[in-house]
Amino acid sequence: MVTFKRAEACTSTETVLLNIGPQHPSTHGVTHIMVELSGETVVAAKPILGYLHRGIEKLAEYRTYQQDIVYTDRLDYVSQIGNEWAYCRAVERLAGIEVPQRAEYIRTLFCELNRITSHIMWYAGVTMDIGTMGTPFIYAFKARERIYDFFEAVTGARMMYNYIRFGGVRSDVSPELLADMHDYLGGEFLTLIDDLDALLLGNEIVQSRMKGIGTFTPQQLVQWGITGPFLRASGVAQDLRRDAPYGAYDKVAFNVCTSTVSDSFARCEVRMAEFRESARICRQVIESMPEGDISVKVPRMLKPPAGEVYVRTESPRGELGIYLVSDGGPKPYRFRVRSPIFYNISALPKMLPGWKLQDALVIFGGIDTSMGEIDR
Amino acid sequence: MNSLGWNTVLWLVGLFALMALTALIGVYWERKVIGHFQARRGPLHHGWHGLLQLPADMVKMISKEDVVPDAADPMLFQLAPMFVAVPAFAALAAMTFMPGFAFVDMRHGLFFIFAMQTVMPVGFALIGWSCDNKYTLLGGLRAAAQLISYEIPMLLAAMGVVMSVGSMRLTDIAQAQANGPWFIIRQPIGFAIFCIAVLAEINRTPFDMPEAESELVGGYHTEYSSMKFAIVQLAEYTALLMGSYLIATLFLGGWNMPLLSASPIWLFIKVVLLMTSTMWFRATFPRLRVDTLMEMSWKILIPVGLANIMLVATLILVLPKRWF
Repeated sequence: MVTFKRAEACTSTETVLLNIGPQHPSTHGVTHIMVELSGETVVAAKPILGYLHRGIEKLAEYRTYQQDIVYTDRLDYVSQIGNEWAYCRAVERLAGIEVPQRAEYIRTLFCELNRITSHIMWYAGVTMDIGTMGTPFIYAFKARERIYDFFEAVTGARMMYNYIRFGGVRSDVSPELLADMHDYLGGEFLTLIDDLDALLLGNEIVQSRMKGIGTFTPQQLVQWGITGPFLRASGVAQDLRRDAPYGAYDKVAFNVCTSTVSDSFARCEVRMAEFRESARICRQVIESMPEGDISVKVPRMLKPPAGEVYVRTESPRGELGIYLVSDGGPKPYRFRVRSPIFYNISALPKMLPGWKLQDALVIFGGIDTSMGEIDR
Repeated sequence: MNSLGWNTVLWLVGLFALMALTALIGVYWERKVIGHFQARRGPLHHGWHGLLQLPADMVKMISKEDVVPDAADPMLFQLAPMFVAVPAFAALAAMTFMPGFAFVDMRHGLFFIFAMQTVMPVGFALIGWSCDNKYTLLGGLRAAAQLISYEIPMLLAAMGVVMSVGSMRLTDIAQAQANGPWFIIRQPIGFAIFCIAVLAEINRTPFDMPEAESELVGGYHTEYSSMKFAIVQLAEYTALLMGSYLIATLFLGGWNMPLLSASPIWLFIKVVLLMTSTMWFRATFPRLRVDTLMEMSWKILIPVGLANIMLVATLILVLPKRWF
């Protein structure tokens, strides 16, 4: 019935400059996008960044390696474990620290749990963007609350964990909790995800809003430097957990979720599938969790030998890279973050023109922004 | 014609109270209903089950600063809400609750209500224009376009009922369903079109593009504060009441109930159920796209509405009066 085409701005009326954000209900933080509208069609878009700039990269140069872990929590504040892990891996590689197997498994477990909570935030955001009153949002948060309880039991915090240490993790996970997690992720959680799936993907209005919206070719996306689920939805099976395995990822079986359609709906499908894959990884990790130490002894004042290192990890939003330069002292000489969303959001001026304002927000919702990591 | 006596004054006060209570209790009820849909409990802390939230909200509304933006056209900015509110309130005058229990039992009551509703798009466009804000401009234009587009299918669907009854008097329409099946059974297509159109006409989800919080912040009433915002809200709830009342009267038998004696209570129950179901939609559905919305009206509802009129006309000719 309805055919979606890239609308062309064929009217000769004056364009309107509309500021979406920084104070706006659908900007996921303090994003600011200036869009030029011709009627309701976007002619040009320009993201304006920096509202959340805290100077983390510079601050890190004035703290010791150990003290910098807490800053990484605050980069992408919805997938904290992933950031800590990326940073700790960089330091471990610089200093040549071996990590015990059990610690690697625990890290993988919590990283995947964090991926689930992070995707729940995406789910909440995207359902709000297409105009629900927040009902799917609150249903999704049931799972988030439950998983945060697991985090709280082990790390003592619900948001900023500061859990991963050089050479291991801070505290051990009890077998009872592991069993509890396994039960939850194998049963109740999957039922909830089925419900969320039906609420979002099964809804006809959602389908009409998302199918055929934001179609970009894989070539375009690769050219723009886009990674993560956004890229995988276009058929490029790029996932660093499989391509450059770390932690326990090479010891578990999981699929790289892809779709070939490359529209906003495919991005939703990919993320919904990733919920289940993450739960599957978690269950396998729990089943094969080895006994042993959770950390090795590392000098309190760590002084890695001079050198530089770049570590790539798969964050829920794409390729998260940490670049560290050491001059042999107790503080990093340079700490740099390759933030996946920064690259994704930088492509907005190329992505949005030609789409309607309503579609633009759906496309933007597909990026799954987290401003803390962009502005750093 | 009624002369201006105590009767008139009482009716005016009564209708005003009905409108104000609908808005107040409607807000509370909506928050409760949506809260429970979302596994929350809604207002809870002020008074019994949060009932004192109503006066608290009212006091807050009244005591807020009435901001007129610098760039706004002050005259239009003050006047525009009235273009929305006055027709919405005026339409109430034609409401009939029982035979003989009405302010004015107009011979063309239905026509009067529709006529009043056609004024509202002007108000929305004016609101959108007068604020000199881009969000309100987009919201106002969307609202005007939407209301104009959905008036047509609404009228077409109502026309089937009017043809069948042979009168535009609301009393006649409801009474025609007293001893036969309701119009929802006799004209199901008309009922479906009418419900969709009413939902769009009162800017409720999934047709709440004009407000479109996630795109347009607050839509056309972004800039309004204090009592002017309250008046816009009042008009919206009055429109919701009117829409539910029309569905109940035209298609659900009004004050009639099979096997039971007619009473305004049935009408009240039907209206409350219909209003609650719009809240249910609001808790459930996402929002349509503007162009899909327009296509739905012009490409689906209007042709089907016209076909429905043809069908009804044929059935009226073919079937004996008693059956149809």
